[in-house]
Amino acid sequence: MRYLIALVLLVLPGLGWAHDWEDQLIFNEGADGPRLRVISSTDTVLFAPLIDGFVAQNPNISVEYLVSGTADINQRVRATPDAFDIVVSSAMDLQLKLANDGFALPLKDIETPSWAQWHQSLFAFTTEPAAIVINRAAFEGQDIPQTRQGLIEALRKRPEEFRGRIGTYDVRDSGLGYLFATQDARASETFWRLMEVMGGLDVRLYCCSGEMINDLADGTILVAYNVLGSYAAVRAERKDALEVIFPTDFQTIMMRTALVSRATQQPDAAEAFIQYLVEEKPVAQGSQLSLPPLMSQGESTDHETIGLNPALLTFLDDLKRKKFLSAWENAVIQ
Amino acid sequence: MKFLLVEDNLDLANAVSSRMRLDGHVIDHASNLEDATAFVETEEYDLILLDIMLPDGDGRDFLKRHRASRLDTPVIVLTARSQVSDRIGSLDLGADDYVTKPFDHAELEARCRAVLRRKSGSAKSTIEIGGVVFDPVAGHLTVAGETLSLRNRELRMMELFINAPGHVFSKQKLADRLFSYDDSVTDNAIEVYVGRLRKHLEPSDLKITTLRGLGYRLDHDH
Amino acid sequence: MTTNPNVSGSLRNRLVLTLIGGAAVLAVLLFFAVRNYAAQVAQQGQDNILEASVTSILDAAALRDGVLEVDIPYAAFSMLTTPTDDRVFYAIYQDGVFLSGYEDLRLAAAPAQSDWSFTSGELRGERIRQVSASRTLVGLGRQTEIEVVLGQTQDALSRTLDQISRNAAFLGLGFFLLTAALSFWITSTTIGQLNKLTTSVTRRGPQDLSPFKKPVPREMAPLVMSLNSLMGRLDQSLSQSEDFIAEAAHRVRTPLATVRSYAEATLHRVERKENREALRAMVRAIDESSRAAGQLLDHAMITFRTDHLVREDVDLVELIRDLVQRLTPIAEMKELSLSMTGDPTVPYSGDPILIQNAVRNMIDNALKYAPLDSTVEIEITGKPEIKVSDSGPGFLPEEIETLTRRFERGKNAAGTIGSGLGLTIAQDVAIAHGGTLVLTNQPSGGACVILSL
Repeated sequence: MRYLIALVLLVLPGLGWAHDWEDQLIFNEGADGPRLRVISSTDTVLFAPLIDGFVAQNPNISVEYLVSGTADINQRVRATPDAFDIVVSSAMDLQLKLANDGFALPLKDIETPSWAQWHQSLFAFTTEPAAIVINRAAFEGQDIPQTRQGLIEALRKRPEEFRGRIGTYDVRDSGLGYLFATQDARASETFWRLMEVMGGLDVRLYCCSGEMINDLADGTILVAYNVLGSYAAVRAERKDALEVIFPTDFQTIMMRTALVSRATQQPDAAEAFIQYLVEEKPVAQGSQLSLPPLMSQGESTDHETIGLNPALLTFLDDLKRKKFLSAWENAVIQ
Repeated sequence: MKFLLVEDNLDLANAVSSRMRLDGHVIDHASNLEDATAFVETEEYDLILLDIMLPDGDGRDFLKRHRASRLDTPVIVLTARSQVSDRIGSLDLGADDYVTKPFDHAELEARCRAVLRRKSGSAKSTIEIGGVVFDPVAGHLTVAGETLSLRNRELRMMELFINAPGHVFSKQKLADRLFSYDDSVTDNAIEVYVGRLRKHLEPSDLKITTLRGLGYRLDHDH
Repeated sequence: MTTNPNVSGSLRNRLVLTLIGGAAVLAVLLFFAVRNYAAQVAQQGQDNILEASVTSILDAAALRDGVLEVDIPYAAFSMLTTPTDDRVFYAIYQDGVFLSGYEDLRLAAAPAQSDWSFTSGELRGERIRQVSASRTLVGLGRQTEIEVVLGQTQDALSRTLDQISRNAAFLGLGFFLLTAALSFWITSTTIGQLNKLTTSVTRRGPQDLSPFKKPVPREMAPLVMSLNSLMGRLDQSLSQSEDFIAEAAHRVRTPLATVRSYAEATLHRVERKENREALRAMVRAIDESSRAAGQLLDHAMITFRTDHLVREDVDLVELIRDLVQRLTPIAEMKELSLSMTGDPTVPYSGDPILIQNAVRNMIDNALKYAPLDSTVEIEITGKPEIKVSDSGPGFLPEEIETLTRRFERGKNAAGTIGSGLGLTIAQDVAIAHGGTLVLTNQPSGGACVILSL
């Protein structure tokens, strides 16, 4: 019995202390070549087509795909950089800081426009705007808000309808959420008013887009703010129930980025993977379940893609972050 | 023949004059250009012997004036300078020939003869005696209608005799006349030449007589 | 005769090398100067941006309720974007205590005079440029000093510098090549002046000692002046020599003529054999000294003339005929005759007086040794070649070589008057005209002297 307890205690760290991965999957397991360990914030269902395409082209490479939250990914990579070969995340600011702090391996041969890469070590491969997703039924007969201001008015108009039934990111936990919030705040003070209004309506805070969409889908919440449109679009079965609104006052567009860990053991294979991500247009795969491709700068003139430059470090500064979070908490948590 | 000698060196002038007279020629002597000019204006000469360096001028100027006045008397220049240093070509001066001092009298004589032969005819200078016509310039001896050309030494010996018939010439004298100072003279040589002349003169009234111990003499048998 | 000058170095080479060397040095200096200046300017550019960034961060610091708040403006870091995405590091200190940012970015040792300091250092294995600044905030009875350090890698700077270095190198190279070409051209034109002078000196005839009249550049004027004065002195010296030789001839011969005439006159008056022999010997001696003097003087003059050969177009046949005419009386005196054969006309370009003199000596030689009543033959051919042959005893075989050296007389010359210079003179004239003098014996007996021009 003592032995059993001891055994369990020994194993526990491996099982319990190890954070539960949101998902963990191995592609092309039987390959005889290198094994790439990819840590990512993208849901497997969305990323799988890309990996399938990659292993089809490189049959000797196997890919271990691990999913977690953006903040968690940042912490893990800083703690154990040798545990992962490729880091994919939607939190551009956290990724850039990783690269700035020296955790990324420079890849000189990847050809990509200058706005879609930073320091030849961080590479963007999608363009995804933040969206407002609503439950269509809740807005039956009402004007569907197209701007943030419109949303504020809609919420103020029927407060009891929406009390406790609106959701957004908890920016304290979610890297992407923080990114979207800070970029919104930069763009206009409408954001703070919206937050105050939502705070006054007992807004629910979520760590991830997936959960938000789920609750939206089953009616727990009626409005989700700053959700990734791509995720919403994926939910084909509830497509008619949900509406994805890209606000027209201003758009916050992020680029999903990938970097190769400086401590990687498989630099060549990793480089091949990045090359593949950058080149492939997932839409061309013909699958509905794919990520929107990189849009060229010319196409998105009236929308603002978040710039991949050192300014992203600004809101990661401790002092600045504290200040922002305290203001946010004041607004949202009442 | 009538000669004019223009020479300022009196010793040399005397030597040349006496030799010329000995050969039967007439010779005038001027020791400067002024006198020479005077002589030329008043007399006619067969040949002028002209020294270049004269006290009152350059002989060449005299020569130029002489030629300019259309006088064609032959001129032999006597010069102490070398041909090369004066860049004298034979005919450059207008002279007919030149002789460099010191000169052998025989050479002077030979040149005079050559110049005269070229320039004037032989008409003036022939000597007729005893049935013999002797032209010293052309070197011809005509005896009994036959003209022969005398060779140099025969010619000189003949000239000597014919200019002084009846005069006794010793062997020495004859040797002096015939041979130059660097010739080796044998006693026999004179006899050989005398013999030759005798042969030439046989058909004539002229005879060369041997006077033993004294010499030879040209006799005219009338 | 010309000896080759002692050549040491080359003006052209020296000039070209110096100019090119100078150009190379200048080009290198130019390269470094441009590069250094560009580096300074580029660094200044980076520093300006860093300064603006730090200023904006410092401006955003404020004390709120005694607590320091630094609201870093978004623009502060966005202005630090470079084409090479240089990495950015920053650190905020309050009163020396680290507040936020990159902890390993230390404060620089604050200089006394200003609040600002720019330094270059290393962070995390990369070269960075770092600026530190501070500001004192006052509030609520307390003072606090905030210090901001901002650092940026210098990849963009390096890339700019490389580009500038490349361009500066091309500039330097271009400048160098241009200067090299220029220096070749300049050297050519300058040396060309010297060459022009050389050409005009070379082109002069051998007798031309007149001063140079053509214009020369100022620097060459002293050289030309020296040349002219040298030639003047030479000319003077030459004419003095000529005058001397002519004068010497006259002075030697006139007294000799006097002595000879007296000796001759005396000889006619003297009967005794030994006296006569003595006088004959005297006359022979006088003749020999006269001839010797004449030949010596002629030889001197000929040597002078052969050094400065002046050629005329002459007909050799006419020239020799003239000579033969002059010598005929002399030959006749010895009962010898001269006969001329060969081509009717032989044109040639040479010095007529020298050639006549040479052949005269050859004929004189033949007349000396020819036996009585014989003929001396002179043959002229178009090679051009003049052959004088006699039927005398001929040359002794071993003498042929030595006979033409100065003052040698052959063994067969015993008893004859004559200095040994005759054939030497002939040989000198031959050589001056680029020809030869050959002495041989004829198979039928007699000597033969061949002058080839």
